[in-house]
Parts: sequence; structure tokens; C-alpha cells
Amino acid sequence: MSTQELARTAVRLGPVSAIVRWRQLVVPLVALAVLLLLSAVSLGRGEFPIGIGDVLRTLAGLGEKAQEFIVLELRAPRIVVGLLVGLALGIAGALFQTFARNPLASPDVLGITQGASVGAVAAIVLSGGAASFLGVPLAALTGALLAGSLLFVLSWRAGIDGYRLVLVGIALWSALAALTDWLLTNAEIHDATAAYVWITGSLNARTWDHAVPLVLSVLVLAPLALAASRVLGVLQFGDDTARGLGVRLPLAQGAVVLVAVGLVATSVAAAGPITFVALVVPQIAVRLTGGSRPPLLASGLLGAVLVVGADLATRTLLPQALPVGILTAAIGAPYLLWLLVRGRRRYTL
Amino acid sequence: MTAAIDAPVVRDTRRRRSTRSRRLTGLAILLVLVVAAALASIAVGTRSIGPGEVWRSLFDGDLSTEEAVIVRQLRVPRTALGLMVGLALGVAGALMQGHTRNPLGDPGLLGVTAGASLAVVLAIAWFGIGTPSGYVWFAFGGALAGTVLVYAIGSAGHSGPTPVTLALAGAALSALLYALVRAVVVSDQQTLDSFRFWVVGALAGRGADVAWQVAPFIALGLLLAVANAPALNLLGLGEDVARGLGQRIWPARIVGLSAITLLCGAATAACGPIAFVGLVVPHAVRAVTGPDHRWLIPCSGLLGAALLLTADVIGRIVARPGELQVGIVLALVGAPFFIALVRRRRTATL
Repeated sequence: MSTQELARTAVRLGPVSAIVRWRQLVVPLVALAVLLLLSAVSLGRGEFPIGIGDVLRTLAGLGEKAQEFIVLELRAPRIVVGLLVGLALGIAGALFQTFARNPLASPDVLGITQGASVGAVAAIVLSGGAASFLGVPLAALTGALLAGSLLFVLSWRAGIDGYRLVLVGIALWSALAALTDWLLTNAEIHDATAAYVWITGSLNARTWDHAVPLVLSVLVLAPLALAASRVLGVLQFGDDTARGLGVRLPLAQGAVVLVAVGLVATSVAAAGPITFVALVVPQIAVRLTGGSRPPLLASGLLGAVLVVGADLATRTLLPQALPVGILTAAIGAPYLLWLLVRGRRRYTL
Repeated sequence: MTAAIDAPVVRDTRRRRSTRSRRLTGLAILLVLVVAAALASIAVGTRSIGPGEVWRSLFDGDLSTEEAVIVRQLRVPRTALGLMVGLALGVAGALMQGHTRNPLGDPGLLGVTAGASLAVVLAIAWFGIGTPSGYVWFAFGGALAGTVLVYAIGSAGHSGPTPVTLALAGAALSALLYALVRAVVVSDQQTLDSFRFWVVGALAGRGADVAWQVAPFIALGLLLAVANAPALNLLGLGEDVARGLGQRIWPARIVGLSAITLLCGAATAACGPIAFVGLVVPHAVRAVTGPDHRWLIPCSGLLGAALLLTADVIGRIVARPGELQVGIVLALVGAPFFIALVRRRRTATL
């Protein structure tokens, strides 16, 4: 049997038949397993190490009081935030890249995360560092939602053309980036450092207050995104074909962009713009699954693996704690480079 | 019978003539804009000097008055540098978008900006360098190293340097280099304090020495870019078609990418990263000239120069007695115009 046939098998059950692409099933499953393992290890690691058995016992509600506090109140929120942020950014990146038919179209380049940065940096700098720990996420959320709505409204002309979205996005990005830079040059230097840490994306000292809105948003939006997967596949063939195949274009395009913006905005508010996850992960996912476009579920799960893994690495491997956003790029980018060098297929997306 | 044959021919020549006249008008307008912006950049500044005084300072030999020193030793070099950098970035942007066939193809994407940033950060953190003319060679070296790496990785794969692998290799390597930049900056406040002013992109404080340092590289880059234009038109049809028409792909790519590296590297070395020009200007120009690179490349350069100089002048006026850096003004003022342009007409796709 050739690899071609192995990669794609037709399964027939009576009158029902379907083509199963094994790699598209195996990759998410493996990613999920790795994710669970990493999360469990991560819950046990830190200044006060707890064995994996104790972690599981604590999660089941059978642990000691002290361990319960450390695991459930200190570490769990951080890991939940990291996991969901990775999931949301991976899915949103895949949505944007497929929708714009452009591997570089990530929320970072389209201005949404820059909007969050402007909000957060303004909150940190203008308040002279007095912004409360929840004030900054709120400012970031507002900024991201504003930038997202601007992107949506400005590229809307009886539907959203992928190309127009990209052009409007880069203009928004550059204006907002300039605003961030301007705020940074005018800040006191210690505020600027705090702002820089935020811009890089960090999971330090996250509490359930950060996690809860994110949980809600992912619970609502991720299923919507997965449900839109089929439409997304059709949109890839171009507007005319999609219309011919019965897709209601403006509705579908609007929905895809709104879901992606929502996912990005809530995740950025929780952890800052953890850089490059949305850009790099979908491209890794498409190379691992061997599909024709970034797969949504696999992108999400791999994004979660990347962020949780990077967070674990910052806390255990490095001599000095760095913001997680540095490690996601330092791990994800070389991996994508390796896949590029090794790649045997031509990708045209 | 004759009418039936002639009609399309007539229409065709008429259309060609109208495209040609539109392009020529555009070119003329751009030239006027560049000259006007350059004059304004020499005449306007924090210190108000009358036009007569400016004229005398320019063309009288003596440097005895303070005004003459300001005009000849500060404003003229600054204007010349702005002109060169604007040209370089506009041209590099047009080349980059042509070579990657990607509207997001910012010339810095090839690793130029990220490489330069890392080199500058290390120059500050390790060697304690703190002046723009001190950064120049570090930034330029970093830019070169970044591009070479991106090109090596992008072409190492099985299918060679396709637009997609190049763009992705650039994006991924930039991600990695920026991660290193941030690792240094986040843990070293002093370095951040110098770096945050470099990374904005500015013309202020660069003397004639910086302009002379980067001028040869920009001149060479511009020559290569112009030479690359016809080949780029063929490459735009897709590599297979271009090959079928007799175009050799590799030499054309190498010439183009070298031009981008020289232009963007020199511009970044001189002024810090200014993303807006390379990213946005070619789109605006393409709406007028169409996709022909023989027109697109020079016109992008001219518009880039005009915009950069205008933004610099605005930056000097709005924040008196201080200044707003040119990179900030450009993006904040330019972005709304660009969005309006994108929305108004059917944008010419790549």
C-alpha cells in the first residue's frame, strides 16, 4: 500500500461512506494527549513541587489543604489561561489565514492585537503604573474590540473581501503600532518596561478572574468556529464559486471575521498578545496534517500545546523567568523553519 | 467589414494611450510633490527662519550666522537623508510585494528589520553604543545577516525559494529574532531606554555622516531594482510561465532580493524601522499605475520620498518646540488616507 493510500482511506458502512484522512485524525488526538500530559506536569511544577499523583488526587478533591490551595488557586488559573489562549489564538489564526487566503494574515498583522496593546499600554503608562491588575485587561479588551470593529466596519462593503481585509488591516496595524511606540517613548522607563512585558505576553500571576471570561468566550466561539469550517472550505475557492455553491457570502464572511475577532480579543485581554502563536501554529498544523488549509481543531490544540509547553519551560528550564511570549516564538519559530526546510510539498495558500 | 475589424483596435490604442497619460500625469505630480516636500523640509523647522534668510544661507558661502549653520548643517542633510530613505523604502516595498506576490510583503519581512533590531539591541547592551551613527554598521550588518539566513532557509526546502516559503521563513525567523530582542529588552532597563527611541524610526539627530554612510548602498540598490523590473513583470505571471517565456528565475530572484536587502537594510540602519512606507505605498501607487513594475517601482520610490519628507515636516510643526518622530506621524496620518483609498476604488490585486 502506498503512502498516498495510507493517508486517505475510504470507509464504507452500509449505505454510508466517508473518506478518512488519518493524519487529520491522529494529529489532534496526539496533540490532545500531549496537552493533558503537559498540563498535569505543569500543575505540579513550581517553587513547591508536587508529584503528579498528588496533583491528580487534588484535582479529584482528595488532596491536602495546602496542596489544594497551590494547585487550584495559584497554578490552575495560569494553566487554564495559557491553554485557552493558545487554543483561541490557534483557531483565530487558522480562520484569518484561510479567510484571507494568505499565510501571513494573522491577528498580529491585521491590527487586532495592536489595538489591545494600545489599550493596555495606555492604561499602564497614563495611570503612571497605578492601573489595577484588572484595569489593564479591561483596557486591552476594549482596545482589541475597538480595533476589531474598525477592521470589520472599514473592510465591509456588501461583504468582506479577503484582500480588502488585509489591506485595511495593515493600515490599522501600522497606525496602532505607531501609537504604541509613541506611548512607550513618552513613558517613564519603569512603566515602559512593565508595558513591554505586557506586549510580549505573560502568564504571570493570572487568577480565576482572568480565566472566567476567557472560558466563556471560548465555550461559545470555538464551537461556532468549528461549525464554520465547512463554509470556510468553500470560501477558499473564491467568491464566485462560493456563491454558486449556495453560501450566503456577506453573512458567512461577517460571521467568520467576528468569531475570529472575539477569540483574539478575549485571549489578548487575559494574557497579552502572546506573539506569533496565531501566525506560526496554523502553518505548523497544516504541514503536520497534510491538508490543503490550516485545520481549525488541530491548530487550536497545537496552539494550546505550544503555550502551555512554553509556560512550563519558562518556569522550569530557564534560570530567569521570562514572559511566555518569548518562549512561544523561540520554540514555535524554529519548529516551523525545520518543517519548511524538510518540506516536500508546495504550498500555495 | 473594416469597421468591425478596426473598432477593437481603435479602442485598444485609446485605452493604452489613456493608461500612458495617466501614468505620466501621476509621475509629474509625484515629482512636483517630492520637490515641494524637500523645499518645505529645508524651510520649516523648530526655529522659524524666513524664506529669504533660508535662500541666503543656502547659496551664500559663509557660515557665520546661526541660521546658515542650522539650514546647511542640519536641515539640508536631514532632507537629503529623508529623500534617500523614502526612495529606498518605497522601491523596496514594491520589489518585495512583487517577489513574494503577497500584499503583506513588507520589505522588513525578509529578516531585515528583525536582524537590524537584534544587532542594535546587542550594540546597546554589550558595547554601550548610544548614537544613531554608532548604530549604522551594526544595524546594516544585522540586516544582511538576517536576509541571508532567511534566504538560505527559504530555499533549502525541496521546492526551492517559492514566494510562500520565503515569506514564511522570513516571518518565522523574524519571530525568533524578535523573541531574542525582547528577552534582552525585558530584563535590561537601560537597553530598553535607548532601544525604544531607535525602534520608532526617526530622521532627527542623523547628521550628514549617516547620510554619506548609507548613500552608496541605496544607490546600488536602486540600480539593481530598476534592472529587476522587467523580470519581475514576467515572474508575476507565475514561475512556470516566466520560465516558458525565457526568463531565468534564479538570477532574477537574487538581483531582486539583493536590492531589497541593500535598500531596506540601509534605510533601517539610518533611521530605524519605518514599516509604513514599504507596506502601504506600493498599494497606493498600484491603484494608479497598474501592476507594471517598470512604472510601479519608480513611482513607489517617489511617493515614498514625498510622504516621508512631508511626515517629517508635520512632525516638526505639531509638537513644537519638540518633535514627533517621522515613523509615528507617517503611520498616524497615512493610515486613514490609505484606508479611504482602499475603500473608494477596486484595488488592483497583485
